Amino acid sequence: MGDMVVVRKEGLYCVPGDFYIDPWSPVPRAVITHAHGDHARTGSGHYLAAQPGIGVLKSRLGDISVDGLRYGETVRHNGVTVSLHPAGHVLGSAQVRMEYGGEVWVASGDYKVEPDKTCDPFEPVRCDTFITESTFGLPIYRWQAEQDLMDEINNWWRKNADEGRCSVVFAYSFGKAQRILSGLDAGIGPIVCHGSVEPLNRAYRAEGVHIPPTVLVTDIEKAALRRALVVAPPSASGSSWMKRFGDYSDAFASGWMLLRGARRRRGVDRGFVLSDHADWPGLMSAIKATEAERVIVTHGSIPTLVRWLCQNGLDASGFDTEYGDEEEGEATPPAAAEAPAAGDANA
Amino acid sequence: MREFARLYADLDETTSTTRKLDALQAYFSSATPENAAWAVYFLAGGKPRQAVPTKLLRQYAIDYAALDEWLFDESYQAVGDFAETIAHILPPPTERSDIGLAVWMEERIAPLRGAEPARIRDALFSYWNELEWRERFLLVKLIGGGFRVGVSKLLVTRALAAIAAVDSKLIAQRLMGWTDGRVKPTAAGFLQLIAEQSDDEHTLRGGQPYPFFLSHQLAGEPSQLGAPGDWIVEWKYDGIRAQLVRRGGQNFLWSRGEDLITERFPELAAARLPDGMVLDGEVLIWQPGASLPSPFADLQKRIGRKSLSAKLLAELPVVLCCYDLLELDGVDLRSLPQHERRALLEAEIARLDNPLLRLSPLVQADSWEALALLRAGSRARAVEGMMLKSRTAHYGVGRTKDVGIWWKWKIDPYAIDAVLLYAQPGSGRRASLYTDYTFAVWDGDGEERRLVPFAKAYSGLTDAEIAQVDNVIRRTTIEKFGPVRSVKPTMVFEIGFEGIALSPRHKAGIAVRFPRILRRRTDKAVEEADTLDMLKGLLEAAGA
Repeated sequence: MGDMVVVRKEGLYCVPGDFYIDPWSPVPRAVITHAHGDHARTGSGHYLAAQPGIGVLKSRLGDISVDGLRYGETVRHNGVTVSLHPAGHVLGSAQVRMEYGGEVWVASGDYKVEPDKTCDPFEPVRCDTFITESTFGLPIYRWQAEQDLMDEINNWWRKNADEGRCSVVFAYSFGKAQRILSGLDAGIGPIVCHGSVEPLNRAYRAEGVHIPPTVLVTDIEKAALRRALVVAPPSASGSSWMKRFGDYSDAFASGWMLLRGARRRRGVDRGFVLSDHADWPGLMSAIKATEAERVIVTHGSIPTLVRWLCQNGLDASGFDTEYGDEEEGEATPPAAAEAPAAGDANA
Repeated sequence: MREFARLYADLDETTSTTRKLDALQAYFSSATPENAAWAVYFLAGGKPRQAVPTKLLRQYAIDYAALDEWLFDESYQAVGDFAETIAHILPPPTERSDIGLAVWMEERIAPLRGAEPARIRDALFSYWNELEWRERFLLVKLIGGGFRVGVSKLLVTRALAAIAAVDSKLIAQRLMGWTDGRVKPTAAGFLQLIAEQSDDEHTLRGGQPYPFFLSHQLAGEPSQLGAPGDWIVEWKYDGIRAQLVRRGGQNFLWSRGEDLITERFPELAAARLPDGMVLDGEVLIWQPGASLPSPFADLQKRIGRKSLSAKLLAELPVVLCCYDLLELDGVDLRSLPQHERRALLEAEIARLDNPLLRLSPLVQADSWEALALLRAGSRARAVEGMMLKSRTAHYGVGRTKDVGIWWKWKIDPYAIDAVLLYAQPGSGRRASLYTDYTFAVWDGDGEERRLVPFAKAYSGLTDAEIAQVDNVIRRTTIEKFGPVRSVKPTMVFEIGFEGIALSPRHKAGIAVRFPRILRRRTDKAVEEADTLDMLKGLLEAAGA
């Protein structure tokens, strides 16, 4: 039997099932691991996604034909048994398990191993072949415990508030923003969310995730901003929207902030190392837990991870995908993300 | 170490001067004097010798993390900083310690110098296992001798002045010599640094120089400075800025970087001076009877040498071209106006009548236009332009303007259009970005025409331009040699530089000084870049 999942020009394709996983071009049938822009794109005929993520998916892709599947629930499609399992990445994120002819393949989408309060925790799924992401596939990437980080954020906010200075955290509006919100100490001051963050807060609250009360900047007295914490997408940085906050202190929340170079390029006062992807030990433990003998690596540090896994006795190879090309997501290192589209006639 | 790591992080994480100052003050008011002494040493730019060779540090980090060399190297490529790479690849510590900086430096790091490799390995393993990543990062920096922190010496001086409640000029004065590595930072030393002003301040000075007064670049036209008569105008020499200090019957020669360089210039070490005199000037190679100083390249030949033979000293004789007098008969003259110091200087140089000590001549003209005309001839005089010193200026501390000002009015740099040929990633905030470039010019004609590399440059582009160039480099790579990429020649840049000299060591046969990128020439095709012949033409114009 050939490989159950291959790369086609439209995306990852399940051969016996005749469906795609997170396709980057329109296809008849798409299974979506999560609603970040580089994994969920418009134009496909029919979508399948994990139930908790349906709200977000619809809010981003509009009126689509979509079925929601509860985690662990199975459906059969062209003889392939398909089920979705929590990936711990963002609300509704899922790994796709496919079983056919006694063989099991799992496509991870994006995942994070450490649990957090905003989505179901990552669940290791045993399989023969595991398709893993590798965004932070270098041993330098190790995340601190989430609580320590939240303490850092709250302390920074408290200090700013005591000095009468507004705190602004730049974070991707879907996922990262809600993670931060869920860990804030609302006793410090008011919490303001940018207009692009608020709809996602609603989707999270609708799924029963606890997000502290938030307001839009238009709904708060200017004086109260001096004690406020503002959550805004990175694109708001440097925009005129920021002017109202006066002498604010700013921070950027991303796994890339681990490195001083990346932090200084960002030019913010603080970098909070907060990621919704697995760190190096997370990738290693997740791969091990699947007990897969074959591992296929997608977006991130493909050659590095492939070489390391091969060296450690696994049958590893890479898939070229188009994930990680989107601004709204962490999958691209900030250096490359900042590079404007090539406009060089000579090259 | 924890306190110091916290301070380092605070300084590193903010770009705001006020917040850096706050962090420094908070540190100095809580740290014990022995720890603070070492902190001052590092913050003021002290660079201890490497205690453990980089090779061993790297090997033991790889062992400790149970990784392979290639994976370490890939990690290093992504991080762009050796100590930071080690700090992150090691598994988290299982123990925690909080030992002060002084104990770390004196009892834990110093004994590693020259120790048996096995002993170094054991020590590193146990140290790493009690520190979190920020502290490990610092530890490797302190051991590896590459510590740098994003804070100016001026800011450290201000913080100490605030803590001590004394004038920051006094702190700057006391700080001289703190970082030259010959005096160990001690608690007593720190307490003296922040003590109230005393009457015997002067006798405590030893052979120390005064903080150098630094000039500002004149951006616009000098006519904005008022009447030329309010300014003392001199040539700007291209040598080594230095203070020659005579105290206690001995000469001390200090470079601007506060390195003691007396031994490199035995002629000046032996120059006869009256005790209690400090001269400020430029060390230059000047052949007897010559009307002009020799090019900087000649001075470099002396700097590079470990031992100075009699032959070399005869071939490349130095002088101190003096332009300021900071101390006379043991009296600090720095708060006299420039013109009064100048008059005293002229009298002293005349009295000493020593060919080693030349007086920097005044440039006389009655209008800015006339001065501009003279300045245009700078290259023929082997100078970099002019210095404009306010007649009323005191001798300030560092690059300040509060007690008067010195302007440097430099000639425009040489400029040439060159092609980017090789690139390699930078470090620090430029890690993972291709920011260090090698540029080439055309040589030969017709079929034989080829690009010859002549300069490396890495500064001069904005972040947005760097991102664009980085993008093109990645898309036009031909070959990779380790971190270096050769690229298809597609990009032309205007490269500026200050000087040019023959150099058999360089492929192009010439070497340029202070090359930097002036701008990207998107309007020029690669074929239109400049040629080696044009560069050589500049060489002749420079009279070299």
